[in-house]
Amino acid sequence: MADLERPLSPHLQIYRWHLTMALSILHRATGLVLAAGLLLLTWWLTALARGPEAFALVRAAIDNPLGGFVLFAFTLAVFYHMANGVRHLVWDLGIGLGKEEAYRSGLLVLGFAAVATVLLWIAILAFGGGSR
Amino acid sequence: MIASGRTGIGRIKAGGSARSGAEHWWRQRLTAIANLPLVVWFVVSAVSLSGADYEEVRAWLGGLFNGTMMVLLVVSLFWHARLGIQVVLEDYVHDRALGLAARIGLDLLTVALAVSCLLAILVVSLGS
Repeated sequence: MADLERPLSPHLQIYRWHLTMALSILHRATGLVLAAGLLLLTWWLTALARGPEAFALVRAAIDNPLGGFVLFAFTLAVFYHMANGVRHLVWDLGIGLGKEEAYRSGLLVLGFAAVATVLLWIAILAFGGGSR
Repeated sequence: MIASGRTGIGRIKAGGSARSGAEHWWRQRLTAIANLPLVVWFVVSAVSLSGADYEEVRAWLGGLFNGTMMVLLVVSLFWHARLGIQVVLEDYVHDRALGLAARIGLDLLTVALAVSCLLAILVVSLGS
């Protein structure tokens, strides 16, 4: 049966990309990225328990341009996934499911993620960076 | 009965799901809601700790409040991540044997990492 040339419903590559479907797959992508981030959280916590030498190793891995970029990407992913997660929870209540509303909330989520990430790194550079 | 995610009419009209039904959906939302305040706490804490040395970070996590919050964060995040990855596997891994193996690996890895985190928090909390 599976070999028959049956008509299929249009799949992803048939559709023109639009904002809401890009945000949808981005939610999943950032979720996977953040799940990988749990490895870093685990490394950080176990190093803290193990001692100063182990902790210094984690710090060395983070405290360089590449590590900084990874952390920056994680914060962007956190804020996006968090805001879009709230968007999903609001949808679960049956609110904001219309086309225009979904586009508006999508733009709001993107704006929040960008602004929150920039503000967070300003705070880190202003309050934390100096005492290293 | 809200926690079961099933309506009265759903229970009357049919025996219900043959498997876990709405349980996965419900727990994903529950951990999502829990993650909100926990992640905000963690991000704010991380900013305040960004210039701290080893002893300062250890003292911070050694506090009862922060230790409690970190345990809750670890449990909620790992649970949420496990549920999310499970859906991704169900969507993209079509080979049944491979999917089963991935599910087993995911569950074992999640528990191993989460327990590592929890024990690390305990060690820091007890100050040993």
